[in-house]
Amino acid sequence: MVNTQVNLSGLKLSNPVIPASGTFGFGYEFADIYDINILGSIALKGTTREPRFGNPTPRIAECTSGLINSVGLQNPGIDSVINAELPKLKNVFKKPVVANISGFSTDEYVYCCEKIDSQDQVGIIEVNISCPNVHGGGMSFGTSPESAAEITKRIKEVTAKPVYIKLSPNVTDIVSIAKACEYAGADGISMINTLMGMRIDLKTKKPVIANKSGGFSGPAIFPVALSMVYKVYEAVKIPIIGMGGVSSAEDVVEMMLAGASAVEVGAANLVDPYACKNIINNLPEVMEKYNINSLEDIIGAAHI
Amino acid sequence: MKEVNYTIKSNDKLTDNVYKMVLIGDTSDITAPGQFINIKINSLYLRRPISVFDCSPYTVSIIYKVVGKGTEIMSAMAPNEKLDCITGLGNGFSTEQSGDHPLLIGGGVGVPPLYFLAKKLIAEGKSVKVILGFNNSTEIFCKEDFESIGVDTIITTVDGSVGIKGFAAKALENTDYTYFYTCGPIPMLKSICDSTNTSGQFSFEERMGCGFGACMGCSCKTKYGSKRICKDGPVLVKEEIIW
Repeated sequence: MVNTQVNLSGLKLSNPVIPASGTFGFGYEFADIYDINILGSIALKGTTREPRFGNPTPRIAECTSGLINSVGLQNPGIDSVINAELPKLKNVFKKPVVANISGFSTDEYVYCCEKIDSQDQVGIIEVNISCPNVHGGGMSFGTSPESAAEITKRIKEVTAKPVYIKLSPNVTDIVSIAKACEYAGADGISMINTLMGMRIDLKTKKPVIANKSGGFSGPAIFPVALSMVYKVYEAVKIPIIGMGGVSSAEDVVEMMLAGASAVEVGAANLVDPYACKNIINNLPEVMEKYNINSLEDIIGAAHI
Repeated sequence: MKEVNYTIKSNDKLTDNVYKMVLIGDTSDITAPGQFINIKINSLYLRRPISVFDCSPYTVSIIYKVVGKGTEIMSAMAPNEKLDCITGLGNGFSTEQSGDHPLLIGGGVGVPPLYFLAKKLIAEGKSVKVILGFNNSTEIFCKEDFESIGVDTIITTVDGSVGIKGFAAKALENTDYTYFYTCGPIPMLKSICDSTNTSGQFSFEERMGCGFGACMGCSCKTKYGSKRICKDGPVLVKEEIIW
């Protein structure tokens, strides 16, 4: 009997598989098709202070082994998430969740984190300083060590919950940003958010996405994510939630060997609503195949 | 919503670039006309959403136009090949409000979902009329399907080669109806909305990520807040649409 249990800042997960923010809504809709309590946790849709409609459509473009999205943080706002979405999820999901917070100013991040801090259902706050689809917010906070550290420090002042900073790969040195977050008190790192990408329609000769470019995700970015997780693991002591193209139980093991303590599955959910379920079901078999007794033992095992 | 691995029974060319594919397998989750299935094509990443043309226990048919890589690959598929689909997606048309003689208006590849709807309306004892709009005579399809189930069928062509000359909305002028249902290009839908005082339902199209409401890729603004074309749509009622 293999052991799939992992630990994130004291939070015990029955397995490391977490649907990634933005690819699983607020979770409850998936409860119609399978028992979502098999999931390690759920990362909720990115939430801002005010409700947001997001970007104009088309927001989606096909790519080789992936897709570009430019949703633009569509969400009902923090109050509605607390008053409507979390209670709906609570009816069908009994484990602590990962709340994903985004914003357009430091004050907005702090405001939302302070509010979500009061929610018992929330086990981890994942702070998205890496959304490539909004201007004047999101990623602009995550592209320098100084601004990433500043926002981490301010959020840590208002919440006792573990704070994981979600980093952008669209930077010159992700390691220095991860280290700055750790130094400022972050409890963990979530990485990576999407890569900037674009497609142009040959018929119209214009970008497919209304916002011109968006965030590229899917199996195509898995090696990029893996390499970044590997590097950051060597530079920080705090746990990493690894993500970026994870689509199979083998990918989960590979990401953990690189240094992830848990993984998020994103794009795969969109093409296969059962993706997380299948990955979780396949994990024990894959572990046995590669002589892994406990997933916790392999975190970072690829490092010499 | 259900994942079904269908077997292709037939995949026939209807016009120069429009095909009809008949699939064998579980159709129990397809509960309303106007719903769609989301098709996995092996070499591509995202699924391709296609509306249901007709459905019975264990058989579902779709009619699609080759417009890009996905539909091009589909057009070359042969009988007995397997096709992984998520079925029963979207809200579909509601027939409750139709009155005694509803009008159906389809433009181009917006025509197919109206066939399954017409069958349901007829089964409910309603007298159905349909306007099918095409660019020219060579692009016409589905005409016989509607006629064979007893639907009064009017054809419009932009070049006037068959039927009434002009866009489908033009045929609305001399038609009596209690309610309408329409699917087609946005300019057609908009002109239909502008040219009638009667209420009705519109089926929309949008580029989708997931097709089942998870990703917010296909959201649109309505008078009652934002809606996902894939989950809260693709059918919206006239009164809620912001053009």
